Amino acid sequence: MASTIRVRATATGDTTEVQALIQHPMDSGYVKDAKGQLIPPHFIQQLTFEHNGKTVFLADWGPAVSKDPYVKFAFKGGAKGDDLKISWTDNKGASDSLTAKIQ
Amino acid sequence: MPSASLSTSRRLILQGAGLVALFGLGALPMPALAAANDKYPEDAFKQNGDADALKALYGKTAEASDKVKLDAPEIAENGAVVPIAVATTLPNVTSISFFVSENPNALAASYVIPEGTLPNISNRLKMAKTCNVIAIVESDGKLFSATKEVKVTVGGCGG
Amino acid sequence: MRVRHILRPLAAAIAAAALTCAAASAIAAETPADPAADAKAFQKYFTDKFPKVKYEDFVNGPYSMNEDMRKQWQEIEQFPPYEFALDAGKEMFSKPFKNGKTYADCFPNGGIGIRQNYPYFDEKEGKVVTLELALNRCREANGEAPISYVKDDMASLTAYMAYTSRGKPMSIKIPNDPRALAAYEDGKRYFYTRRGQLNFSCASCHVQSPGEHIRAETLAPALGILNAMPIYRSEWSGMGTISRRFTSCNSQTRAVPLEPQSDEYRDLEYYLSYVSNGLPISGPGARP
Repeated sequence: MASTIRVRATATGDTTEVQALIQHPMDSGYVKDAKGQLIPPHFIQQLTFEHNGKTVFLADWGPAVSKDPYVKFAFKGGAKGDDLKISWTDNKGASDSLTAKIQ
Repeated sequence: MPSASLSTSRRLILQGAGLVALFGLGALPMPALAAANDKYPEDAFKQNGDADALKALYGKTAEASDKVKLDAPEIAENGAVVPIAVATTLPNVTSISFFVSENPNALAASYVIPEGTLPNISNRLKMAKTCNVIAIVESDGKLFSATKEVKVTVGGCGG
Repeated sequence: MRVRHILRPLAAAIAAAALTCAAASAIAAETPADPAADAKAFQKYFTDKFPKVKYEDFVNGPYSMNEDMRKQWQEIEQFPPYEFALDAGKEMFSKPFKNGKTYADCFPNGGIGIRQNYPYFDEKEGKVVTLELALNRCREANGEAPISYVKDDMASLTAYMAYTSRGKPMSIKIPNDPRALAAYEDGKRYFYTRRGQLNFSCASCHVQSPGEHIRAETLAPALGILNAMPIYRSEWSGMGTISRRFTSCNSQTRAVPLEPQSDEYRDLEYYLSYVSNGLPISGPGARP
């Protein structure tokens, strides 16, 4: 199955800009479905970015992060061709990860 | 029974006092506040108001700073997806967090910024209604904030 | 007492309607349909009304009308939520049917870069054929069950096909066939006819009031309004096809929504697409 993680990591000089878009419902638990039942909360809690075995970014998310969440950040020390590992875990215990190359 | 509850609360107070004493002696490590490490700040996300959430997350208060640049729209096109970004020139940033004051739980997202990572973040948040978006930057162990009111006409929490 | 109260305004309404109908048919008899002139006038109306908007920008709907909204849209376009539908669409498009054929076998140029030619008038059938309709016919011709016109699968497929046509100008043709002309005219009539409890026509919002607000929404101009389809709407937290937009628009104006791909909707899509000829395809799009 295709990964839920889409990432674009671009190195310019010694700065790598990272944009990630993740397919996830990010249900808050406050919304009702068509039958009037509350849709239980289902959201990513932690999203981690690792480069050369070191965590370069850690996101702690709650259900107020939009559906199909997006985040952009930048870090120093990455280079074109390097691996960037992205992984997430959600409140239901599910997870996904992807390793992408810095362009 | 009144007497039973009294003794229970006395016991709890004693336990608390014991813990405080131990901390004072340095015998136990201070409970690491989530924002400083990798532990998911469950408690902070459960808080209702932004003041409580801030306290649970960092254990300290913030001072407003014009060195924290908060970018958010005047009127959100849709409360379900509000693009919000923060950038700062403050030094040694270790954490950046976003609060939406009138959301059922004010803490929306918190980010750990390891050394070498720039203190600039863009993300997309849900806003239930018109209220303040508060960005908190932890720099050299102190908290600095920027606040902006975002008008929300189509609320982001309802289907 | 009450009956007379109802009957009098009703009679007046009927009389007014009769007059309008008579006038309309009189006008129709005097001025034969001229779609080319219509398109020119239609486009001129919008470019005159919004002289500061760049021609191609009209396809960006409300974002061409409001700077604050535009900024939010540009941020979202950096990494848009329709990416997933696009990937799903590409995958669906290349997956063979049970009989081994693919969608490519049903379309000119293998279905790539052709979205701007839809809808077209099928002279054999004597009706307008939209892209969504053509996709389901392709499925049925190859032994597959049709898919919903308003759900994600159709949106994914049309998202992919629109993407392969990005930048190409809308190129709808009206062949020299009285039935094609009639379909065009029917679509035009639907567009300008008031309906439903709120008594709005499509034109009430998208011709009379683009850039203005209806409740919380900024209205998009009718010019180029289909060029960004299908769209990921924050309001739907998901994708929507042209069929979904037409039916939900009817519901929102408290008119009775028709069945997706009903004749009226096909003709409406034909008219709206034709008068936007020349504007670039920008789909799939993101909207509030």
